[in-house]
Amino acid sequence: MLSKRIIACLDVRDGKLAKSVKFVDTKDIGDPVETARRYYEAGIDELVFYDITASSDQRSILLDVVAAVAAQVFIPFSVGGGLRTVADCARVLLAGAEKVNVNTAAVQNPQLIADASRAFGAQCVVLSMDVLAVPPTPAAPSGYEIVTHGGRTRTGLDALAWSRRGEELGAGELVVNSIDADGTREGYAIDLTRRIAEAVRIPVVASGGGGKAEHLRQVLTGGKADAALVASLLHYGLTTVAELKRYLNQNGVKVRMP
Amino acid sequence: MIHIVDYKAGNITSVKRALNHLGVDSVTTPDPDILRRADKVIFPGVGQAASAMTVLRERGLDAALREACVRGVPILGICLGSQIVLDRSEEGDTACLGLLAGESKRFVFSDPALKIPHMGWNRIRVVRDHPVLGGVVAEEEFYFVHSYYPQPEDPADVIAECEYGSPFPAVIGRANLVAAQFHPEKSGPAGLRILRNFIEWNGRGR
Repeated sequence: MLSKRIIACLDVRDGKLAKSVKFVDTKDIGDPVETARRYYEAGIDELVFYDITASSDQRSILLDVVAAVAAQVFIPFSVGGGLRTVADCARVLLAGAEKVNVNTAAVQNPQLIADASRAFGAQCVVLSMDVLAVPPTPAAPSGYEIVTHGGRTRTGLDALAWSRRGEELGAGELVVNSIDADGTREGYAIDLTRRIAEAVRIPVVASGGGGKAEHLRQVLTGGKADAALVASLLHYGLTTVAELKRYLNQNGVKVRMP
Repeated sequence: MIHIVDYKAGNITSVKRALNHLGVDSVTTPDPDILRRADKVIFPGVGQAASAMTVLRERGLDAALREACVRGVPILGICLGSQIVLDRSEEGDTACLGLLAGESKRFVFSDPALKIPHMGWNRIRVVRDHPVLGGVVAEEEFYFVHSYYPQPEDPADVIAECEYGSPFPAVIGRANLVAAQFHPEKSGPAGLRILRNFIEWNGRGR
């Protein structure tokens, strides 16, 4: 039986680790390579790096981070943030990432998903989406709308429809990040995650709101997520990978024990 | 010295990085003549069976791999490399290398909760002791990403199984050939141990 995955999310700005709270007010909290190695040794299942570097001329720093991580961390990890073209994706894959995350650029140019999927295989292409709960509209009847640019721009796209579209275009996995839950540590967006997980046949990763082990259990069972992203919970030392996994295993969620 | 077959099928540099970490010299090569002289070969691969076979044939790597296999060189197939060592693949209905009798099959599930690809960590059950799986403990998990799986014709060629919907072969092999559907280079310490075992293996097996 397949284990549920616990994925540590590392926001990287100018080569340093940052953690965003509701996408504003980011502050540096450490070295991403060192942190990645620490989580790897503690038994994390996967890592994701989001490059939140503001200026594009600083982006090559991320490739150094990717290469340094790949040399000492032997689990899958993905990289996202600012990947706009197949060539951008190729660079991070070549530097050692297992998968690429596309978000805003895929909304603006859905063909990017198809092109990247054809070039690298669906298993390399993760469609990451930022979702805002809204009153249902004809364009977004599910009451969940896709937003971009770190949550600042509304798109009018229905999150469920976009999930299915992403799967059709060739995404191999979805990351569903709830803007409403992100940074709150009050729990994942269960209803949103479940509705997307039921709408597609590819794995769904829940993101945003994880504040304790019980929140992971909820989204990996009732939320039907295949994996859960954790960030501040680990970064601030509120718990450890081992503690999280022990709790989940003891409470009916099969995870890989380190 | 380990030779890693380079045929533009996915991220083969991750295998090289894992070997570097283990302190083992390796080279990636697209050259069939170098491969013919190799004394240990890793055959990785991510991607699609038909297009992989096209590249292997165009470069003459298919014949070089067959020769190396006949010569008794220890060969480790990984992921797609564990599927296309067989005779055929359902993926693109493709004739493959035929280093081992069998066919790669696509997962077919009626249960929508069983997603395809099978992506993530899953435990394996060793059904036949093999030096390359030495030290694998009960419940140990490895990282899988695949939609097809290798099904050898002879059940005795199945070395370990994994369960996803139903049991499927996760490690297969005969004599000097061993092949894992999962990614040892992405499976943490457990996977690195398998690479280490392969490095130390003399290529003698059932």
